[in-house]
Amino acid sequence: MSLRHPLARVHGLGSAKEGVSHWWAQRLTAIALVPLSVWFLVWLFGLISAGPDGARAAIAQPVSAVLLIAFLVAIFWHAQLGMQVVVEDYVHTRWLEITLQIAFKFLAFLGALAGIVAVLRIAIAG
Amino acid sequence: MTKRARPLSPFMIGPYYRPQLTSVLSITHRLSGVFLSLGALGFAAWLVCVAGPADEHGSVVAWLGSVPGRIALLSWAAAFYYHLLNGIRHLGWDMGWGLDLKTTYATGWITVAAAIALTAATAWLAFGGAP
Repeated sequence: MSLRHPLARVHGLGSAKEGVSHWWAQRLTAIALVPLSVWFLVWLFGLISAGPDGARAAIAQPVSAVLLIAFLVAIFWHAQLGMQVVVEDYVHTRWLEITLQIAFKFLAFLGALAGIVAVLRIAIAG
Repeated sequence: MTKRARPLSPFMIGPYYRPQLTSVLSITHRLSGVFLSLGALGFAAWLVCVAGPADEHGSVVAWLGSVPGRIALLSWAAAFYYHLLNGIRHLGWDMGWGLDLKTTYATGWITVAAAIALTAATAWLAFGGAP
């Protein structure tokens, strides 16, 4: 017989409605990325023959700047969630698994941050 | 009871287990996702270069125009199209749509064909004419 309270057992074991949060966030970012990706592709094709000034102008355009930031947040969040599952499934050495999980979280955060700062710098500072 | 050394699941792939469209597309979704995560970092790096001095941007564009750069761009485009289309397929399954074998195979082949067509169109649009 366990002396632990049922609530304490349930918390952190995935039955406190936490188990679906990863699944849900992955779907939420996926749904957001369908229209964002289509917009991004069309936007990117417009840059093919644009020089550095053209690229800057395309990024600085207010709607593009907002959508680019939304796209950056969604792709890095979605990528982190995906990489987490890949590591969980294929890396069975505990220390390496934890190290990779931390590294990929930091990398995703830094990537998103670098992209956002770059977009803001171009959009605001010109 | 004697314990026989039987091949386990991952080792079934190969001589013992014929790959089907479903399993191949499933692992391709993961592989393209990992590859696109790398592409996301590349895209962020490109944005940082555009925000930086003009010569930095020039060297990035020059590399992207070279043969290895073009191969990288097209590989990312192919992964992007495939992951996007197959992702829509996944979202359909999440809503309970298209889970029967016939529809799964039909959407699977459509995904592959559309990804190839879009990648070819991208190659033509981006590097059209130029070798």
